[in-house]
Amino acid sequence: MTQSGTMALSATDQHVSAAPGQVSRNAAGSTFAEVDDSHRIVPSIEFRDVVLAFDDRVILNKLSFKVLKGETKIILGGSGGGKSTIIKLVLGLLKPDEGRILVDGEDITDYSEAQMVAVRKKIGMVFQEGALFDSLSVYDNVAYRLHEQKLPEDQVEPEVRRMLRFVNLEDAIDKMPAELSGGMRRRVGIARALIGDPKIVLFDEPTAGLDPPTARTICELAMKLRDLEDVSSIFVTHEMNNLDYLCSEYAVVNEEGQVVFEREGERLCLTNSKVMMMKEGKIIFSGTDETLRKAEDPYIQKFLRGH
Amino acid sequence: MNFVTRSIFELQETTVMTARAVAGVFKGPRYFAETIAQMDAIGVGSLTIIMLTGFFTGGVLTIQTFPTLAFWGQQGQTGRLVAVSLVRELGPVLTALMVAGRVGSAIAAELGSMTVSQQIDAMRALGTDPIRKLVAPRMLALLITLPLLTVVADVVGIGGGGFAATSLYGLSFNEFLTSVRDGITTDDILGGVLKPVCFAVIIGAVACYKGLNTEGGTVGVGRSTTRAVVTASIVVIVADFFLARALQYILGMPAQ
Repeated sequence: MTQSGTMALSATDQHVSAAPGQVSRNAAGSTFAEVDDSHRIVPSIEFRDVVLAFDDRVILNKLSFKVLKGETKIILGGSGGGKSTIIKLVLGLLKPDEGRILVDGEDITDYSEAQMVAVRKKIGMVFQEGALFDSLSVYDNVAYRLHEQKLPEDQVEPEVRRMLRFVNLEDAIDKMPAELSGGMRRRVGIARALIGDPKIVLFDEPTAGLDPPTARTICELAMKLRDLEDVSSIFVTHEMNNLDYLCSEYAVVNEEGQVVFEREGERLCLTNSKVMMMKEGKIIFSGTDETLRKAEDPYIQKFLRGH
Repeated sequence: MNFVTRSIFELQETTVMTARAVAGVFKGPRYFAETIAQMDAIGVGSLTIIMLTGFFTGGVLTIQTFPTLAFWGQQGQTGRLVAVSLVRELGPVLTALMVAGRVGSAIAAELGSMTVSQQIDAMRALGTDPIRKLVAPRMLALLITLPLLTVVADVVGIGGGGFAATSLYGLSFNEFLTSVRDGITTDDILGGVLKPVCFAVIIGAVACYKGLNTEGGTVGVGRSTTRAVVTASIVVIVADFFLARALQYILGMPAQ
């Protein structure tokens, strides 16, 4: 399956190459900037001309983009613009009508439900409202993936505690989802998504309906994953403050071993976030937040200003 | 889509889901604890309403048939009539309808709210097949408990018939029980247990399908719950007609 994926790759796009060895050969005649650029590595997620329609309604129209290793791709756009659909396609919860979807260079488009299980192990998913299992405690929710793999309990517990510490919710370990606030549910959802240390994490509007400080906490978690854990992620949102945090701050560990967040300087760009804006199933903007703010498209301007 | 194409489409999807659930029972991972929990909820939980239904159905059968039988001087055969009606028809069908109402709605509502709150998606994202984890245990629990519940309904129903015959019409309980023994054959009992097996598949498949295909938030959960109960009940009654005829051939029951 991987082989056919690689073949499809070279047939459709001469620039991109799945094997790192080929890249140096392609880039041999070009400048340093290109050797060091995005083509150096296999993208974590790649969409190629993806089309999806429900009956007559076109949700995604020839969508192509890449998420590179360690990069956070922020997908902006109004409701019903097909943002959440992208995440479902990456997980194989939906199948595209046309086009190819690659995860870590592996073409997953035609994978069966059984084949997808191995792919999904690499991916963590944070749902809009957390989507915690109501019938299970916080501990069992976070441990779900490990319990399904029939891991012995003495290996499960330290992992669950580590993840709950990461989201700062170790106290809630014995609670039921119904006892948690909206923000706590979202954080438990993040802990559940991160168990097993996936290298790809998908956030589906993780801050929708949360108060600003809690939303900030969620964004900080996403920044920690990006800057300290080398996780690639898709961050679907329509809230502009999320964009500000994720594009202008980065997480570092200071001398005392604590994680702190610093703002990037005027001229130095340190954050590995890219922005993509969608409208009616099409990408209308792709680039950095600085270029987004300068974009002249009236829809983008309206989106940024809010009126 | 019009009604006919939609019905055929839903039949196809339900069948595919059922086939995958059956495959899930034979091939791992299996969920024993979940199956036992469902058997407790479905089987033990339905015991009271099934016993009440059975008792009063048996009683009303006696009330309605005793005068007619007495007109022909055959009041001694009341037990036979009550037992045969219950074991062949009323036991399986009424039990299935009660379970469709109580359990079918619960399954559709539970799976429906899990669907709208994205818990089913989350389950798939975490690498679990919801058909194996949720559908298969419920189907299996129904398959085991519905025939048992039917037998309980039959026995309690005959008891109810006997109670009505002795207390209202002064028939001796021994006479009633003797005619019961004379009346029902092994084939009756076998047919009466085969039917609930088929009904269990119908109720489980319809309720799980409607639940997993819920759309449109909390309103959608209510809608699919109603549809699950209505569809399952109608299909049970229609299937009963064809099963009755098929069993007559298979078991060689008197067809005329």
